Amino acid sequence: MTRTEIQEKVVQALSTVAPEIASASLATDVALRDQVDLDSMDFLRFVIELKRQLGVDVPESDYQMLASLASAVDYLAARVAAD
Amino acid sequence: MPALGADMEAGTLVEWLKQPGDQLRRGDIIAIVDTEKGAIEIEVFEDGVLDRVLIAPGQNVPVGTTLAHVRAIGDAPGAAAAPPISPPREVVRASPGARQAAEALKVDLVGVTGTGPGGAITRDDVERAASRGRAGPVARSDVATTPPPPADRMAAMRSVIGAAMSRSKREIPHLYLSTVVDMTNALAWLAAANQTRAVDRRLLPVVLLVKAVARAAVDVSGLNGFWVDGAFRPGAGVHVGCAIALREGGLVAPAIHDTDQKDLDTVMTELMDLVARARRGSLRSSELADPTITVTNLGDLGVDEAFAVIYPPQVAIVGFGRMAPRPWVVDGRIEARTVLTATLSADHRAVDGRRAGQFLTAIERRLQAPGEL
Repeated sequence: MTRTEIQEKVVQALSTVAPEIASASLATDVALRDQVDLDSMDFLRFVIELKRQLGVDVPESDYQMLASLASAVDYLAARVAAD
Repeated sequence: MPALGADMEAGTLVEWLKQPGDQLRRGDIIAIVDTEKGAIEIEVFEDGVLDRVLIAPGQNVPVGTTLAHVRAIGDAPGAAAAPPISPPREVVRASPGARQAAEALKVDLVGVTGTGPGGAITRDDVERAASRGRAGPVARSDVATTPPPPADRMAAMRSVIGAAMSRSKREIPHLYLSTVVDMTNALAWLAAANQTRAVDRRLLPVVLLVKAVARAAVDVSGLNGFWVDGAFRPGAGVHVGCAIALREGGLVAPAIHDTDQKDLDTVMTELMDLVARARRGSLRSSELADPTITVTNLGDLGVDEAFAVIYPPQVAIVGFGRMAPRPWVVDGRIEARTVLTATLSADHRAVDGRRAGQFLTAIERRLQAPGEL
């Protein structure tokens, strides 16, 4: 899976939780929590959705890797490649 | 038409999901009703057979209007002793005080909006109806015949929230207490529990908070229930209402039924489901009508303390702020501990500071033993 595909999946997962986001305007290097209105339950649903879309179960201890779109894609690309 | 919250006056029937002749079991969803809080699934109160429906889709009717008749299983169609879906003239749900007031003030209880538990009419409701004139609430049935569009719904929801909160601040003498809770052990317990769980079975800290409130409500009585007709009436169970902010604005606070009886996994699953359905606009009638105490958690917003407004006729609401590391004294030494501030707003007519303080302390104590929640 390419980085572009992974990024698409991440944005897709995010928009199931926060339907109001405009994916085009998401900055890749700014914290997601500063761009999208996410509480802790929204974030958990986002992580659940990532597992559904990419098959990657992100442990709580790795949540910080999902802070921005860019870091999330880095992390998930490595996890997908390792599987 | 059941009252789904303190200040609902009318609802629009959207759709019947059961047909006359269908067998019904208690809790079955038989209709969809549109309100300021979105489309609500109406549950039936008892087992029976749907005899006939009295209200057609598109009709907007006041709270208390009979929507349909349900007959006992085995009875012939049209049998007289049919228990109704919503109280008709003969069996309006009203407190004794309300009936007395209705007689004195010559108010017809049919058409009066009930704000008591389960939509029962209280003395206050009767007095309000009397001061408005008897035609007031009934005349509303002509107001609208179709569900309002989303923009109107937002305005309608704001007005419902405004009415409930104004009534609360007007009628309820709030007392406020707060305490700082050391969450370090609870969070460590949670992290350990979540480490071995798949992502869709993980627990959020808020589940511990909600459950601790439910357990404390059993530990210390007097805060779980309603203030009706000048007296405290305990709730039939501990149904914790969870304040849920909607993404487009506004909020609802539906109940997790019998929260004290459910394990953390069940509370978590039900809370996730409740949030999803609240945002989709598909809550059930009992979830909106039944809360006996409410929890609001504003910690995710970075708020330190939340002093909340009681949702009448409940008598207590617990607010939680954010969890953050702070210098904290443990065994005479300063340590970095993760703490949060829990606040209690309580109805001073129902409880005094002593009882309220015992309740808040019970919440704190419960949170020190997360494995037993």
